[in-house]
Amino acid sequence: MSPTPKSPPDDPALVQAFEARIKAGETIEPKDWMPERYRKQLIRMMSQHAHSEIVGMLPEGNWITRAPNLRRKMALLAKVQDEAGHGLYIYCGTETLGVSRDTLVDQLHAGVAKYSSIFNYPTLSWADMGAIGWLVDGAAIVNQTVLAKASYGPYARAMVRICKEENFHKRQGYEIMATLAAGTPAQKEMAQESLNRWWWPSLMMFGPSDVNSPNSAELLKWRVKRKSNDDLRQRFVNLTIPQGQAIGLTFPDPDLKHNPDTGDWESGPIDWDEFMAVIHGNGPCNRERLEARRAAHDNGAWVRAAGDAYAEKQRSRSQSTAA
Amino acid sequence: MPDAEAPDGSQWPLWEVFTQPGKGKPHEHAGSVHAPDAEMALQNARDVYTRRGEAVSLWVVPADQIVASSPSDSGPFFDPGNDKPYRHPQFYKAPRGVKVF
Repeated sequence: MSPTPKSPPDDPALVQAFEARIKAGETIEPKDWMPERYRKQLIRMMSQHAHSEIVGMLPEGNWITRAPNLRRKMALLAKVQDEAGHGLYIYCGTETLGVSRDTLVDQLHAGVAKYSSIFNYPTLSWADMGAIGWLVDGAAIVNQTVLAKASYGPYARAMVRICKEENFHKRQGYEIMATLAAGTPAQKEMAQESLNRWWWPSLMMFGPSDVNSPNSAELLKWRVKRKSNDDLRQRFVNLTIPQGQAIGLTFPDPDLKHNPDTGDWESGPIDWDEFMAVIHGNGPCNRERLEARRAAHDNGAWVRAAGDAYAEKQRSRSQSTAA
Repeated sequence: MPDAEAPDGSQWPLWEVFTQPGKGKPHEHAGSVHAPDAEMALQNARDVYTRRGEAVSLWVVPADQIVASSPSDSGPFFDPGNDKPYRHPQFYKAPRGVKVF
């Protein structure tokens, strides 16, 4: 199929028809007309999401060789492999918007593309494998369940597939936390210390508060997003607090309280300065993550070259037998 | 599905992946993969789209070999099928009380 042509400034009549389709709940497909800004916003959002999946393999990959037993090791390997798959689903969805995967990966490696800030925190103990599965994948599921109803077909379909798989991620993480919390005092302390470190970064995963989220209004209007950052964050908090309480862990938020009128768990203020610092490259592991990504790509160069050489050899063989 | 060539032309070609979820079911589009040849496209598709037994059969098709109808022409293009209600059973009357189906 031919590349999508560079479109001229958006025709107001076309924009109107497009927004009517969105309003009617229709799904937009790759070859449908779309405003240039919609395409750009989707490329930005989907590529950030894909990068997050790939970079997200690194903090957990750190513990594969040190998993406490074979069952945990198999589960962690399968989870990290899933994250690679999720990255590929979303990269391929992004390619339908007319941008190549290589271009996107280059942007990541050049440090100009963003990915989820949470993966710039280090994994210091085995309990972090529990906290990541429970909190980070738990937050991702809340986000992605809503994105599965986004207006762009390839993105929505990738989200459906991903949500199905991430339920395993969350449960294996929660099982690790529950097991540690029910273990020796030292094990329980390890779980608690990990929760203390991951709780706030998990809340930041939903992005800036609605009042400071420049893209939100447009994304909501075009049904690229379905719910605001704060709504999703609240949903995550409401789901997660009882899960932590059930295994006897506490949350590092002195202001946390249950509002009997709304039924919401209300958390204290989020440190947005920390969030902005990590987003702008000054988190504990930003440099390390990008270096690991670049090294993985460079060290895989021979595989790509071998794939090309093998395919070329097969082609020339089949040509010579045909001749 | 645009032709997603890298700027330097080094990216492996794109293949569209179709999975058959069970025997007797039709193949459905699942997504795409990059691979240098058909054999590796099949292997990559297996690893990316069937990690949990989602398929009993896989097709991979070079993305540039797919010919698709155009969304802007979809009105007139599908018209011949839309304006012929006499192709549906509801178009025909039957005596009251008779079970036709």
